[in-house]
Amino acid sequence: MDALFAQLFAGLSLGSVLLLAALGLALTFGQMGVINMAHGEFMMAGAYTAFVVQSVVGDAGLSLFVSLPAGFLVGGALGVLLEATLLRRMYHRPLDTLLVTWGVALILQQLARDIFGAPNVEVRAPGWLSGNVDLGLLQVSSARLFIIVLSVAAVVGLGVLLKTSPLGRRIRGTVQSRDLAETVGVSTRATDRMTFFIGSGLAGVAGVALTLLGSTGPTLGTNYIVDAFLVVVAGGIGQIKGCVIAAFGLGTLQAAFEYSTTASLAKVAVLVVVVVFLQARPQGIFSVKTRSLV
Amino acid sequence: MLELDDLHVGYGRTTVVHGATVHVPEGGITAVMGHNGAGKTTLLRAAVGLLAPSRGRVLLDGDDVTRLRPHRRVRRGLAYVPQGQQSFPQLTTAENLQLVADTRPRGRARTDELLDLFPALREVMSRKAGLLSGGQRQQLAIARALITEPRVLILDEPTEGIQPSVVAQIERTIADLTSGDDLSVLLVEQHIGFALSVADRYYVLASGRVTSSGDGGDDSHATVRAAMAI
Ligand SMILES: Nc1ncnc2c1ncn2[C@@H]1O[C@H](COP(=O)(O)OP(=O)(O)OP(=O)(O)O)[C@@H](O)[C@H]1O
Ligand SMILES: [Mg+2]
Repeated sequence: MDALFAQLFAGLSLGSVLLLAALGLALTFGQMGVINMAHGEFMMAGAYTAFVVQSVVGDAGLSLFVSLPAGFLVGGALGVLLEATLLRRMYHRPLDTLLVTWGVALILQQLARDIFGAPNVEVRAPGWLSGNVDLGLLQVSSARLFIIVLSVAAVVGLGVLLKTSPLGRRIRGTVQSRDLAETVGVSTRATDRMTFFIGSGLAGVAGVALTLLGSTGPTLGTNYIVDAFLVVVAGGIGQIKGCVIAAFGLGTLQAAFEYSTTASLAKVAVLVVVVVFLQARPQGIFSVKTRSLV
Repeated sequence: MLELDDLHVGYGRTTVVHGATVHVPEGGITAVMGHNGAGKTTLLRAAVGLLAPSRGRVLLDGDDVTRLRPHRRVRRGLAYVPQGQQSFPQLTTAENLQLVADTRPRGRARTDELLDLFPALREVMSRKAGLLSGGQRQQLAIARALITEPRVLILDEPTEGIQPSVVAQIERTIADLTSGDDLSVLLVEQHIGFALSVADRYYVLASGRVTSSGDGGDDSHATVRAAMAI
């Protein structure tokens, strides 16, 4: 029984990390048809932001709460820069964006190596996140619990933004009909840019969260980018609901496979499951009649 | 007010509109008529900025706006109701209106005024626009365009596929709106009878060229019919 709950928690925890990594992608891939391979490097940038903030602020608890918004801004700024310089010309040309952003990813990795050195760096977790919490049924790592809460907060925050704010309406309107949005007075370019800012900012936040689980290196993002795309594709492109279900589904699956085999075999098994699933349901968990968010 | 000056517009290599000149003066209704495929919609898409003309200019209040993006033209007083009752299908009626009201300081008050003009919309505020009937969607599209308080309203076949009572209402609304000098309308219509009954001036477009134009006097019917038969 304990083992089952432990497995379930491991799945939730992995799922929440996947969700944080994939949420921003669901936005940028779903809205603009841009395959951003540098999304993982935006996570890496978020993680290094946490490292820099901590070396300035010192206190681990305070630095975490400064790092979360700072990571969002750094990720977002990188995203906007990429959008404004390169991607703007490539909307709905997935293959081109794939190649270009892959190149950008490599450049960013090298940049991180030049600035912070090749060896991994450590970000200290605050005291209240370094132990375990007793949930009655089992002891769970408080850092992992924190990440679960963070990912749920990110989903709710994004959902509220899209559903109720003027920007959210503009984003959804632009996804549904770009021309119509333009002709009713919406600057679709400015909207695209904000969408990219938010999506990339979420990658930065994910990166900050990852510093709680392990050390930070230049290739941090490459470990997550494929899984994040799996989540987006399995969930149904541009669908946040689907993204949430796919993230926790794949997380649980991966944790379960890992329990019975090894980590790399588990990855293969998950990939096979996703491929088989997409054969049966190519549109993902949720079908996308019009590509709409929420 | 709005001048389309020798516009050449097309898609890729094929030119569809070959040097059309249409003037929409201040106040009143200017109608553009023509058969299916004559290039009416293409002309309008160039007027609002969704298509870039290969030659010619679009002037708004005498300023060249040919290179301006559509949303900038909207800010300068242009509004466009596209053909086919287009809406944001996954947004509710309320959100369709709000999306535009958001961009305007007086947006909310203006929305209330327009809902008084189109009371049928009040009943369907929380329904997704994609689920509305064609007539409801057309009323939504016109209301949405009017939120920006335009000085030039471009309507592409507003009565296409809509029941007579709603057509009559749309007709009345257009007539009301243009009774003052604050709003000019550029109206594309297939129904010559309807177009000439409301229009102050007309143009006939055939194969991307203006073949006839004049004011909506009594003999215009015969002239237009003759021009369209070419
Ligand atoms: N997106 C497009 N790509 C290529 N050709 C197009 C496109 N849209 C329209 N055309 C062509 O341009 C020509 C003019 O089309 P347009 O829609 O302007 O006609 P219209 O006068 O508005 O007709 P209708 O009364 O049927 O609405 C047609 O021959 C049409 O096939
Ligand atoms: Mg047309």
